[in-house]
Formats: sequence, structure tokens, C-alpha cells
Amino acid sequence: MIEVRIHGRGGQGNVVAAYLLATTAIGEGEYAQAFPSFGAERRGAPVTAFVRVAPEPFRRRCQVLHPAFLIIQDEALLQVPGVTDGLLPGGGILVNSKRGDDELSAMLGRDTAALPASALAAEFLGRPVPNTALLAAFLTLTQMLPVASLTKALGHRFKGELLERNARLIEQVAQRVSPGLWKEQADAASA
Amino acid sequence: MPQALEGSQAIAQAVALCRPEVVAAYPITPQTHIVENIAKLVADGKLNCEMVSVESEFSAASVVLGAVAAGSRAYTASASQGILLMAEVLYNIAGLRIPAVMTCANRAVAAPLSIWNDQQDSMAVRDAGWIQLYCADNQEAVDTTIQAFRIAERCELPVMVCMDGFTLTHTLEPLEVPSQEQVDGFLPPFSFARTLDPRSPISVGTLVDPNYYSEARHSHHHALLRAQEEIIAAADDWGQLSGRHYGGLLQVDGPEDARLGILTLGSVLGTLADAREEYPEAPAAKLIKLRSFRPFPVEALQQACAGLSDLIVLERALSPGGGGIVGAEVRAALSELPDAPRVHNFAVGLGGRDVPLDIYPRLLAAAQSSGPTRFAIFDAELDRLPEGDR
Amino acid sequence: MSTVSETTIPIAELRRSQLRFRGLEAGHRACQGCGQALAARLVTEAAGPDVMIANATGCLEIFTTPWPQSAWRLPWMHSLFENTGALASGMEAALKAQGKSTKVLAFGGDGGTFDIGFQALSGMLERGHNVLYVCYDNEAYMNTGIQRSSSTPHAAVTTTSPSGKARMGKRHLKKDIISIIAAHHIPYAATASAAYPSDIRKKVRRALAIEGPTFLLIHSPCPLGWGHDGSQTVEVARLAVQCGLFPLIELERGELTSVMPLRSARPVKDYLKPQQRFRHLFQDDTRAAQELEHLQALADHNIEVYGLRGTNADPLDSDGADTVRRGGMRWA
Repeated sequence: MIEVRIHGRGGQGNVVAAYLLATTAIGEGEYAQAFPSFGAERRGAPVTAFVRVAPEPFRRRCQVLHPAFLIIQDEALLQVPGVTDGLLPGGGILVNSKRGDDELSAMLGRDTAALPASALAAEFLGRPVPNTALLAAFLTLTQMLPVASLTKALGHRFKGELLERNARLIEQVAQRVSPGLWKEQADAASA
Repeated sequence: MPQALEGSQAIAQAVALCRPEVVAAYPITPQTHIVENIAKLVADGKLNCEMVSVESEFSAASVVLGAVAAGSRAYTASASQGILLMAEVLYNIAGLRIPAVMTCANRAVAAPLSIWNDQQDSMAVRDAGWIQLYCADNQEAVDTTIQAFRIAERCELPVMVCMDGFTLTHTLEPLEVPSQEQVDGFLPPFSFARTLDPRSPISVGTLVDPNYYSEARHSHHHALLRAQEEIIAAADDWGQLSGRHYGGLLQVDGPEDARLGILTLGSVLGTLADAREEYPEAPAAKLIKLRSFRPFPVEALQQACAGLSDLIVLERALSPGGGGIVGAEVRAALSELPDAPRVHNFAVGLGGRDVPLDIYPRLLAAAQSSGPTRFAIFDAELDRLPEGDR
Repeated sequence: MSTVSETTIPIAELRRSQLRFRGLEAGHRACQGCGQALAARLVTEAAGPDVMIANATGCLEIFTTPWPQSAWRLPWMHSLFENTGALASGMEAALKAQGKSTKVLAFGGDGGTFDIGFQALSGMLERGHNVLYVCYDNEAYMNTGIQRSSSTPHAAVTTTSPSGKARMGKRHLKKDIISIIAAHHIPYAATASAAYPSDIRKKVRRALAIEGPTFLLIHSPCPLGWGHDGSQTVEVARLAVQCGLFPLIELERGELTSVMPLRSARPVKDYLKPQQRFRHLFQDDTRAAQELEHLQALADHNIEVYGLRGTNADPLDSDGADTVRRGGMRWA
């Protein structure tokens, strides 16, 4: 079972990101679950969401305490105590940041990948909503699901030009991160 | 092929499949997504019904009452403070034997204010005379919603489908949404014998003096007890149609010869079930899901608990100054058994506190290490309290 | 030795033989001279058989339906005290969904309308449900034994607004409910009085002809609570209108469109005097005199604001309408 925790702020599409990742997995025949842990649902407030993906059905409803991966939609949240708590040994952190992978990895002391997701979203979608770009990067890094399945899942949500723009964004992101960099960790978690 | 759906979205679809003519609701977290999704189905022309967006939960329940009395299938949903504001109407709906269906997106009751999940709200109205069915997961909530309409209409009793707020309502997972044909085959068009109709006028809700009141209460009580048969029948018939069965009144899962049992209501069950596999060194307990809390299935419970030495009753609410609500009822039911198990009564997960996997070995250890616990909030961290409050 | 011809039909027999729809049957358990029972009979007669009723908790509910009996010949439902607006909304939504034209009537007293049920009523009006809401206003909680409501007139004595050394009855004003209702800009709102049956009939028919929420406030004396003889109900109600304390008006979309003119406004004393609830105002006391002046000023204010002063002897004014009722135009 791969467990992922997503940290963001209200308005960044945090819950949508979790739902989208789970929807993508379900679309590929996996069993998955996504749910938020709301604080107060206010714009700008820190929001956490959880995703579990496994080949077989599972039944637990508890929060993800020991994720294999973290997706951080707002770099500033790295300063919030507890955000990186419980990350499994060897786990990876994907951060929406313009900084370099090495700089962030050194800072956090964990394997960290950076993607300027807000900037890319602003360029491709016209809105700096980082979630789709981060998910595309996440799937490329872990290869837990084909990146194309993300585009398919987005098709439930968007149509026409917006869907095409998202698809172009996903393609662009896939070329910017190292495919399979975190595959080993993903496979280990899944096993 | 299962779809990726949020619990609330699936409930909205299930309600729509039951073809209600009137839906009335007032927004409250975590119920909102259910009614928002129903409103969208209406707006998109996929559900043809009168959507009444009322000015309070009190009116939501009252609109449903008026609508059913006037001959329409009707639905509402609420939670927490909303359930309590409805309370007077809930008693009224039940006492008038109105077959309405509602979802309770279970949430804590203030104060202190908490928008998160426990089951204090539905427990607070347990004596209202509604059937209360608690769901362990979203698929069960979808299927139970459909069953609820048939149970309500056959028994002339209202049914409250309880699903844990956020934990279920806001969780996306793969779900099977039944087809319209399946639902139509299971749930006949709405009919209600005591419909208000100018062609044969009746008076409903009259004043009943002491000469008749006790008989009315007896009849209501026994209607609920008899409803056990319809709850089982609905589960069985729907199971035949859909291939999915959740037990009728309760469901027992675990080794036949287990000496330890854990009884619970709602979504904690899944965590316990997974935990039983994650902690093979802990004794494998029988897990008893109490699906029907009202009517309270005394006989089924006695059967399920026969042979147990210890039963942990795990609940998400309490009666302050009394103790566990479910625990007290379970103890009373089991007291009739010759070798009644020892009952350990705990509340967990109040006000949205996470119930982690390791609750399972900790609970079992607590049950084995000492005498029965009358009642305790298992996961309260007492060292956070001033000494005098511990 | 009788001089009465054997062919004479007694009045009561004549009344029974008249073809008239009765929604509320005789034989219920209301007090003698109950203004609400009279008004409810008039409303249901005018409304006819194709209606269903949502009835708030109160005297009307209690005295008409002591299980296993019921005085209603109409589909009738009582749920609670404060949810009648919502109950009626639900009935109407259901009938609409079923494509039926049956009209929904909602009945409440002043307690259930002005006070505890106000929110549900406001919601019903705002959402535009096709319901005629009738408030039988007897100006206190009579069902529980005469406690003050927000409809109780200023200075009136109730069990919770007694008079004494320090108080002259209710300290606050009667809530101006019709203005609040009018502020919802519903198609039609009106006041009526149990003393003017043909006016009630006219207003009920008018309201029922309208698609949308309508409201009728009917001044309904309570002999027990007001402290007058049961035989004086109509007289007392008529005086309330004639002095200007209870103006009969009609409002469309919130605008005043018609009033029943007063031929010559009676002094409020004439209305207050026969009622025990105002008895303390007729003692030798400066405060009593002040309160009487105050009540007269309230009536004068109504007369000004609503333009109640009649200019000629209108056959349908506060004196004429009543005469008409007793005379020729009985089917008006």
C-alpha cells in the first residue's frame, strides 16, 4: 500500500489533488482512498489530505501517519512543525518550489524533488494552481501509475480547451523530472 | 466497474435513484456535499424533484414531514447541531409514523464546538422513534440508503442512515452505483396509506388523552421491534440483487472460537478489521458491527456474543455522568445470557480524533489486563488536563 | 294554543338545509363565543373542499381533534407549534411534484405566528410557496392559560403581564406583524376580523385565487382571555375595527391597496371597557389615564397611517359592511 500525504493551503486544490490521485489509481484498476483532514475550511489555511493506493481493497479509515511520500503544494509549509513528520525511511518529498532538488534535500535532510508547479500552472492554465503539475511530477517520479492515466482522470473533471491545456502541462512536467527516480521506494511501499 | 466517488456524491446519486419527489435541507458541515450534489442533479435535469432550501434544519424536517403526509417520497440530511435543532420534529415524524428517510452525517455536538466526526448527534435522538442504521463504509451507506426507503415505507417508520462525517462523507473511494433498473426492481413507487387527500379527508396529529396515549406508544415501540424483519429482508433482497450484503441487524466477522469480541458502530470497523491483520501477534477478535441500533437487536446480539469471554464495546459518544450509551444497552441485553461476557466499554474518536490502527492491540491489552471497565474515554490524554479534572 | 304555522321552518333547520360546504363541523370543544372557531369555520367555508390544512399547536388544534374524534371534514394535519409554515411548505412541494391543484392552508394562532413559528413562516413566504397562511389573532397564549405574546396589545393584562403597583399590564407594543409580512413583498396580505364574515370570505377567495404565498390575519376574540361575555365576541371584534386599533387592510406586493373605512371612529374606550384585560385602565389612577391616552393615540396613528377615515356612508365601511352582513348581500 502506497500512502501519500498532501499538504497545501485552502484554495490550492489540495483535496482535489488527493481525489485526483485516487481517481487516477481507481481508473487503472487499483483500490484507492482519498480524504481530507480539514482544519477550518478557509482560504489560505493549511489543509492536509491523504491518499492510499493498493492493488487489493483495504478498509482502514485512519489518517496516514507514515506516508511513503509527501507532496507539499506550498513551500512555506515546510516551516510548519509536523509537516514532514512520519515520512517513512527512504521516502520522498515533492515540493512546489523554484529552488533546486539538492538545495531542498540538504535543507530537509530527506530525498526531495522540486518543481515550480505554480509557475508552470500559471503558464499553461492561466491560473497558478499547482496540483495537476505536482501530480504529473509525482507519477513520473514514482511510476506507480502511467502519467497518461492522470490525463484520463482529469477528463472526468474538465472538457475541451481546459483539458487540453492540462494535458500539455502534464506532458511538459513529465519531461522536467527524472522518470522513475522514486520507483524503488514506490515499489517497496507497494509490496 | 466501480467509479471513483466521494461518499457524499454517491449518497446523492443513491437518493436520486430512489426518485424522491421532495428534498429539503439546510446546510451544515459535513452534510453539505450530499445536498449540494442533489441540488446539482436537480439543476442538471437528472433528478426531477422539488428541492426546498429551507431556513433551518427544523424546517427541513418539517417540510419532509408535510411532503410525506401529502403523499410524496421525501428526503433530508443533516448533522450535529442540525440534528438537535430538528429533534422535536424527529420525534413528531416518528410518532406520526411518517416514512421519511434522512442521512445523518455524524458529527460531534457543541460545546466545545467541533465540526468533526463522532456519533453524539444521532445518539442524542436515539429515543425519537426512528430506525437508526449505522454504516461502516460508503458502499454500505449507498446500499443502505436505498434499503432505507423500502424499510421506511413498509414499516411506516422513518429511517435515519448514519454515516460518519468526513471519515465517510468526504472520502473518495471506488464505489458501485446501482442502476436505475436495479433500484426500481427493489423499491416500488411511493405509496402511503394515510396520505392527506381531499377526496377522503383524515385528521393527522390529533390530541391524544391518557386513555389512548400508552397504546399509541406501545404500538410505536412494537412497530420498531417488528421492523427488524424488514431490515433483514431489505438487506437480503438487496444482497440478491446487488451481490452486496452487510448483515441485517448486525454482522459478525472473525474466528468462530474467538473469546474476545469488539462491538462497534460505523466506520471504525474497517480500521479494526485491517488492524487485526496488521497485528497478528494480538489475539484475533470477533468484530461485531452493530448495524441497527434502533431497533436494538437483543436476540441477534445475544447470539453473536455467545461464547465470548470479553466484549469490548467501542462507541463514538457518551452520556456524561452516565457513561457509554451503546455499552449500557449491550450490557443489559447480555445480562440475560447464562455466561455473559465481561463488557469493557470505551469511547474513542470523539470530536474527530483519529482512531489509528494500533488502537486494536491497545484495546485488547486493556481488556485482558484488568477487570471490566465500566466506561472510559480510551484515547483521552489525561495528562493534558489540570489535575483536578483527570 | 300556538299561533305559529306548522309550515314555518325554524331558522336552525333552514341553516342546515342550505347547501353550504362545511370544513369545520359543529360539535367541537371550543369555549362559548370562541372567535377563532367562528373565523376558522368562515375561512374553511370560503375555501371549499379542495384544500388541505397544516395546523399549528393551539386551541384550534386541541378543541377540534380530541382523539378519536375530529371536527374536520378536510384533510388536516397538526405537527408542532412552530413549524406550520414549513409543514405547509412541504405539503405544497409534494402537491406541486404530484401535479395537483389542491391548495394548502396553514392555520396558526398569534403565538405560533408572531413568535415561535415566525421563522418558518418567513421562510415559507420568502420561498414563494403557494400557501394561504391564516393567523387567528387572539392576542395571547390562550391555550396555555392566557400568557402574553408579542401580539398582546399594549397595557393588556395577561397572566404573565399582570397589572399591579409597578405595572399597567403589558409594557410593550403589539408587534406590527402585517408590516413585517408585507416586507416579504408577497402577492397578497390582509387583515380581517371575526366580526366581518363577508369580508373574511372575500379575502379568503381572493387569496386562494392567487398563485403564491398569501397571508390573512384575523382578529379573533377570546372571551376567556379577554374577559368578556361569550355572547359579545362579534361586538367586541367589531369595536376593535371601529376604533381603529385593528384596521382592516389589504396589501399587494407590500403596498397598501385597500382599507375598510371607518364611518365614524369610535373612541378606544368603547372597545376596551367591556374587556376585563383592560379593566385596570378604568380606575382612578394617573397611569391608567395615561395608558388610555396612549392606546387612543395608537388608534389615531392607525387611522392616519392607513387613511381609515371614511368620507361618505360607504355601504362596505366599518358600519355598513356589518349591516350588509345582517341584511341583503349575504352572499357577498
